Amino acid sequence: MMASSYNAKEEDGHHSGSVGPGGPGTGKSKKPDNTAFKQQRLPAWQPILTAGTVLPAFFAIGLIFIPIGIGLFVTSNNIREFELDYTGVEMSSPCFNCSQTYSWNNSCRCSVPFTLEQPFESNVFMYYGLSNFYQNHRRYVKSRDDSQLNGDKRFLTNPSKECEPYRMNDKMPIAPCGAIANSLFNDTLELYYVYPNGTKTAIHLVKTDIAWWTDKHVKFRNPAGNNDNLTITFQETTNPINWHKPVYELDPTEPDNNGFINEDFIVWMRTAALPTFRKLHRIIQKKDSLTPTLPPGNYTLDIAYNYPVRSFDGRKRMILSTISWMGGKNPFLGIAYITVGSVCFFLGVVLLVIHHKYGNRSSNAEIPN
Amino acid sequence: MCIFQDCSCLGHRCTGQENWVDSRTVYIGHKVPPPGAEAYIPQRYPDNRIVSSKYTFWNFVPKNLFEQFRRIANFYFLIIFLVQLIIDTPTSPITSGLPLFFVITVTAIKQGYEDWLRHKADNAINRCPVHVVQDGKVVCKQSRKLQVGDVVLVKEDETFPCDLILLSTSRDDGTCFVTTASLDGESSHKTYYAVQDTKAFNTEKEVDTLQATIECEQPQPDLYKFVGRISIYLDRDEPIARPLGSENLLLRGATLKNTAHIYAVAIYTGMETKMALNYQSKSQKRSAVEKSMNAYLIVYLCILISKALINTVLKYVWQADPDRDEPWYNQKTETERQRHLIRAFTDFLAFMVLFNYIIPVSMYVTVEMQKFLGSYFISWDDEMFDEELGEGALVNTSDLNEELGQVEYVFTDKTGTLTENNMEFIECCVDGHVYVPHAICNGQIMPGAASMDMIDSSPGIEGKEREELFFRAVCLCHTVQVKEEETVDGIKRGLHQGRTSSIYISSSPDEVALVEGMKRLGFTYLRLKDNHMEILNREDKMERFELLEVLNFDSVRRRMSVIVRSSSGELYLFCKGADSSIFPRIVSGKVARVQEHVEHNAVEGLRTLCVAYKKLSGEDYEEVCHHLSSARLALHDRDKKLAEAYDLIERDFILLGATAVEDRLQDKAADTIESLHKAGMKVWVLTGDKMETAAATCYASKLFRRSTQILELTTKRAEEQSLHDALFELSKTVLRQQGSMSRDTFSGLSGEFQDYGLIIDGATLSAVLKPAQEGGGGNYRDIFLEICRSCSAVLCCRMAPLQKAQIVKLIKASKEHPITLAIGDGANDVSMILEAHVGIGIMGKEGRQAARNSDYAVPKFKHLKKMLLVHGHYYYIRISELVQYFFYKNVCFIFPQFLYQFFCGFSQQPLYDTAYLTLYNISFTSLPILLYSLIEQHINADILKREPSLYRDIAKNSLLQWPVFIYWTFLGVFDAMVFFFGAFFLFDNTTFTSNGQMFGNWTFGTLVFTVLVFTVTLKLALDTHYWTWINHFVIWGSLLFYVIFSLLWGGIIWPFLNYQRMYYVFMQMLASGPAWLGIALLLVVSLLPDVLKKVLCRALWPTTTERMQTKRQCLTAEQSTIFMLSQTSSSISL
Repeated sequence: MMASSYNAKEEDGHHSGSVGPGGPGTGKSKKPDNTAFKQQRLPAWQPILTAGTVLPAFFAIGLIFIPIGIGLFVTSNNIREFELDYTGVEMSSPCFNCSQTYSWNNSCRCSVPFTLEQPFESNVFMYYGLSNFYQNHRRYVKSRDDSQLNGDKRFLTNPSKECEPYRMNDKMPIAPCGAIANSLFNDTLELYYVYPNGTKTAIHLVKTDIAWWTDKHVKFRNPAGNNDNLTITFQETTNPINWHKPVYELDPTEPDNNGFINEDFIVWMRTAALPTFRKLHRIIQKKDSLTPTLPPGNYTLDIAYNYPVRSFDGRKRMILSTISWMGGKNPFLGIAYITVGSVCFFLGVVLLVIHHKYGNRSSNAEIPN
Repeated sequence: MCIFQDCSCLGHRCTGQENWVDSRTVYIGHKVPPPGAEAYIPQRYPDNRIVSSKYTFWNFVPKNLFEQFRRIANFYFLIIFLVQLIIDTPTSPITSGLPLFFVITVTAIKQGYEDWLRHKADNAINRCPVHVVQDGKVVCKQSRKLQVGDVVLVKEDETFPCDLILLSTSRDDGTCFVTTASLDGESSHKTYYAVQDTKAFNTEKEVDTLQATIECEQPQPDLYKFVGRISIYLDRDEPIARPLGSENLLLRGATLKNTAHIYAVAIYTGMETKMALNYQSKSQKRSAVEKSMNAYLIVYLCILISKALINTVLKYVWQADPDRDEPWYNQKTETERQRHLIRAFTDFLAFMVLFNYIIPVSMYVTVEMQKFLGSYFISWDDEMFDEELGEGALVNTSDLNEELGQVEYVFTDKTGTLTENNMEFIECCVDGHVYVPHAICNGQIMPGAASMDMIDSSPGIEGKEREELFFRAVCLCHTVQVKEEETVDGIKRGLHQGRTSSIYISSSPDEVALVEGMKRLGFTYLRLKDNHMEILNREDKMERFELLEVLNFDSVRRRMSVIVRSSSGELYLFCKGADSSIFPRIVSGKVARVQEHVEHNAVEGLRTLCVAYKKLSGEDYEEVCHHLSSARLALHDRDKKLAEAYDLIERDFILLGATAVEDRLQDKAADTIESLHKAGMKVWVLTGDKMETAAATCYASKLFRRSTQILELTTKRAEEQSLHDALFELSKTVLRQQGSMSRDTFSGLSGEFQDYGLIIDGATLSAVLKPAQEGGGGNYRDIFLEICRSCSAVLCCRMAPLQKAQIVKLIKASKEHPITLAIGDGANDVSMILEAHVGIGIMGKEGRQAARNSDYAVPKFKHLKKMLLVHGHYYYIRISELVQYFFYKNVCFIFPQFLYQFFCGFSQQPLYDTAYLTLYNISFTSLPILLYSLIEQHINADILKREPSLYRDIAKNSLLQWPVFIYWTFLGVFDAMVFFFGAFFLFDNTTFTSNGQMFGNWTFGTLVFTVLVFTVTLKLALDTHYWTWINHFVIWGSLLFYVIFSLLWGGIIWPFLNYQRMYYVFMQMLASGPAWLGIALLLVVSLLPDVLKKVLCRALWPTTTERMQTKRQCLTAEQSTIFMLSQTSSSISL
């Protein structure tokens, strides 16, 4: 009785002390249960990795990976991709003048001609790309208010502290607040096909379906109330400092594409993983199955050059790309699959040799005492 | 905590008895002594409240928190948490706060619950009723209200409420019987004595009239030591002073037996009782694994700090360009701009916080849980259960489980450990005539065994007399008690012969064997009655001897004596003891013949005792009494004085003869020792026995084989040569052999080279260990160690308990710092059990002190085999994998974050979402490794037992050596690179969805994290050799949990969260084909090197374990075919 009171002793947080059912003072039979678990005799599968057992796996991986890799590589190679840097760093570049002004929204326009050597079949996706732009900088990533963007009225007028220093402007809450929204990419890109005779036709660029469906419909929402009249909804707020139009006038042509659910805005708000990134800008839809979406020939890209990147040594690109089931052009996956597959196959052969040379020896060797 | 503090301060006060100033005076019944005797100084003592609880309701939270944060790990995480709270850090404080909170809460709840139980137990004890004599009446009081000086009435089978001095008993002779089973586990009844002058006060009324004071030392934890003095004021003015010793002191926790009631006075109460003082924490032993774990922690701390430093420096280099530091799109706030000076420091801290997961809180929790839960397998083990004792193995500390797999030196006691400690009287020799009681049959005594065989020719008349004197001596010189009818645990022997059935009980089994042996030779010891010992002689006549003095046995003197007065009035002193302690004191008798016989018996492995006597004249006796009483009365150095007195008394003996008792080897002791040898352990036997006996046991237990070359280093030899020469000669012999050994033995193949066994005795050992005096002598220790290291077995005989501990310490401190294990069963082994890395107690016959002080207790020596070879091996494999794996999985976890900093402007942007950061170690990857570390069996238990050499594979902490650690770390780094750069190239400036939409940084992190979780889980799956259904459930279950959690976490807009960054990220990722292909590819690539390494190592440089595994696979295949064949054949035969 006395002893048991001292039994559960404990020294400064160490989980020690007497363990086990056989503590002093228990009068019952202390014979342990003869269960498989307690006797550590649970039925078990006891696999051992030997050259013999992993051999098939190596060959299997080799045989599966190499065809997949070849498939991926071919698919990737069949993807058409065209990239155009329009930053205007060189003197000869048409956008050189525009790029010289470091200020924001100088409404400079330039047009860059280019030639597509090969036809782009099916849907063509137009991306804009930025380099040296740290969208993944911590201060930048957290500088947003998801509650505000989700249409929460409370946060519309009182945005999160995280948005600093893009939270208030002249004592008016900024909507959408934060550095990300403030730095929304605002170059306007227009694509023209130049017929051999010199006439230009604008190519229709679709601006829907460029953001995730869930973002557009769930994560981003305009504040409710005063049906459809976003002007009133946002009346107590001001637009981000760098913007020269309020959030409810982002897309003058499409009333449903305004406010927080503007797709260009949503795309921008998904911060990129790496400092060199591209974002989906427009989609050029396939017209019919006979003519390619973008036939080979001359094109012009008309740019409203608003977005300054020279200050941080950045680059701006326009990318046209077709898409396969595996996405855009990326030979990495295919090459990696082929490499890994061949390495596995090679290792399989090596192991086969080892298995034959040493396998029997090691399994039949006498165990020394 | 209270206990320990109390104890330490008391320990200070009471160190050594020389500090006698610190005594206490107790006034029995709080009665003021007659005027003039002494100044009455009422002293204040604590009441009899037992406080084993650590906390009260009020101080629980602060005190518990304080204690938890005293642990370095908890403190570290607290600091990280506080840093996160204070400065602007990349991850929210929740990520480290939540796990820390979880750990702290669980621990607090556990400790709170335990404390509540202690409170309950305390209350039950403190409130239990106690009978106190007040004003001549018996009053019932609560135990906690008992005070020093109270006279207490204790009835039969009641437990003593505090430490008491016995005043009187219901028995006329003033004795009472007590069992101290709950104190030291000895269930034998011990006799306690009342002071002669108070034993008459045996009613309430009478006791109340007693006026006396007790002076005694302040409380000390030693259970068996007590000195005090009682001064009784009878009618005369001059008080009578009587000595008080431990035989007068009834300890709290002991129980009164076979005595109707006693009166006693409380002297130590509450937390000052000897029992409370004894429940102090033993010094914490730390395992080798824990030490390597701490070393790794330091390495990782360095890695962490250097990572943070590198990133901070690079950040400032990178930021030197203001357009990078603060581009137009990403302006700083005013406050961020201002604090320039501390900015760098907070940046450093922020990086620390970002990477702090590399040292996970959960590792500590998992290791603790593994140890706690894992140790149940030892106590559950059916094979270590002893039917006879009705007990299985006992785990007293779970901190050392894995140390069982690391043992290099085994120090074992002989008696009771290697041998049964089940003594059997074999023969005796009186003046060279040998008497052998016949009719011994498997330890059962045949009825009517009163006759005897005489091997030698019948002695003459004088011889006959001597013979009877010898038998009487053996019959009288002991402390055996006779217990009638009843059965008691512990030492018991039924006597089913004659009228009474009685049992002899003694703390020494030798005595029981001797008394029983005498019974078979015709002299039956009946009982001790009224201070008279009654024996029945061969003619069935009763002989009565008055017992005058008992000079108790102690391990220093190695003998005991009694002084008796025969009915004819002659005074005899009988003494029995070890030959070495008797022979020098002999003046006459046939020494040579007896000695020859003793040696002959010893060689056969029998335990011998010599018996001698001397006649005392009246004056002699007076003198003896004088010596004894003066020594016993001394308060100061009583033990020393007693020893001196004994030395004076016990001399000038006449040798009577010798006895021989056999102690059989324990079941499978030889097999166990052989296995331990094969497992590469060195077995040392440390015994107090004499050399010949011990050596015989060693041969019997195969510690020494016939081929073993014995090196002797004993007093005998040291006499011939100087110690110096002897040592050098031995070392030369050994070193020559070593030189040849190093050439051809590398694989631990034994039997090819000469193995050596060393025998050393206590005296020589102390000479060897003596610290260097005048130069030169100091290196004996090293030479000795050198010799010992090359001997496969060492026998140290004639060892004092403390010397045992010294030896263990010596080996512990030697160059290689080997892991030592001490196993023993008796109180004399406690010191070495406490000293060794792992102390194992045997639940033996000599009480449970060893078992109580040990780290593990087993019923028999043979259980050591399974304990070490199976459990130790498993625990080591399990915990080493646990430790390595934990570091590995956190390198995999954190290194990508580190790499990511190079691509996000060193801005401390976390790669993973907060939920993933928090839950990675808590739930996604915690259970599989915990389960692995509980039930992994890389090889079957039966094989481990059959092939002890497998133990060598894990010797020297081989799975936690730096190369292995570096391999794991590099594997982690490699995997982390694969995850990160795999995802990087997959994301590189392109899309991998079929609708052209782009992914962001959170998808990137989620992709890396998904590959990470799958890789580390599958890596563990590859390491698992024992797939039970639980493993399948936990491994696949935790992967499934990860997927389900991610779907849920990204599946809804979470209210009350200010960010929705993970919304649909996981689903969108899974919706893309290349992500799946990428995950599969990265998994294969990150697991490939490890699989390759495993397969190649197994094929090219297999360890013994791996060979066994492969062999077993072939065997099971064969067996199954054989089984099938036999099945078919049996079905045919049917």
